[in-house]
Amino acid sequence: MVHWSAEEKQLITSVWSKVNVEECGAEALARLLIVYPWTQRFFDNFGNLSSPTAIIGNPKVRAHGKKVLTSFGEAIKNLENLKATYAKLSELHCEKLHVDPENFRLLGDILIIVLAAHFTKDFTPACQATWQKLVGVVAHALAYKYH
Amino acid sequence: MVLSANDKTNVKNVFAKISGHAEDYGAETLERMFTTYPPTKTYFPHFDLHHGSAQIKAHGKKVAGALIEAVNHIDDIAGALSKLSDLHAQKLRVDPVNFKLLGQCFLVVVAIHHPSVLTPEVHASLDKFLCAVGNVLTAKYR
Repeated sequence: MVHWSAEEKQLITSVWSKVNVEECGAEALARLLIVYPWTQRFFDNFGNLSSPTAIIGNPKVRAHGKKVLTSFGEAIKNLENLKATYAKLSELHCEKLHVDPENFRLLGDILIIVLAAHFTKDFTPACQATWQKLVGVVAHALAYKYH
Repeated sequence: MVLSANDKTNVKNVFAKISGHAEDYGAETLERMFTTYPPTKTYFPHFDLHHGSAQIKAHGKKVAGALIEAVNHIDDIAGALSKLSDLHAQKLRVDPVNFKLLGQCFLVVVAIHHPSVLTPEVHASLDKFLCAVGNVLTAKYR
């Protein structure tokens, strides 16, 4: 089980309380699809992903980004119990969606960049370290039920 | 993975904007890497890794200098960094995974200090450039 210090929990909740989940989620997913274009393979039914502009403006991308980050919020509420929290989602991503877990790590890295741009100097090294740990642990929990 | 003409323009623009702070950003990149990815410290047992350390400043300047050299010769990064590539292969032998970690931290530093510069397209170009640099530095490993 992952241990979270009081300081880490504080860094997580204080950042999260200031995050606009819809905007941040949309931006993170759009950047994932732009920076790592091969990730578009999972979104054939999303319509126009032909350019960065198309991706950023795509309503399905925005909606899905919001969904993904909302789910991330669940992780933050259940830091002591991540594997159980994400068990069903993990099975879904394996059995139905067939998503290589490496993609969770890529999205995590992108989320860090989005947070850094948003919080600038407030995104201290300690903050970055805590959040990088968090996205790593979330990725691990999402991959846990893969078989 | 190939850098397009757009990628090269995007990368040159970023570095033009950060030119006055490159050394500081190099040091900050390293500090963030050591804090975020503790195993990276194993390559620097001889360093004082405290915040503000003179050794981190000096090494950050070197790292930034190498990136600038690569940008200035962006059509031939392998040629520009050939000696550095030899050094990493023969002497330093930093495991290839670490270049991505350094790259991630450099992107974070740019995002923090120049958030409006790091549009999604520029982010993509810069990420590709950093990957290319890492590939050159590990190209002669075996």
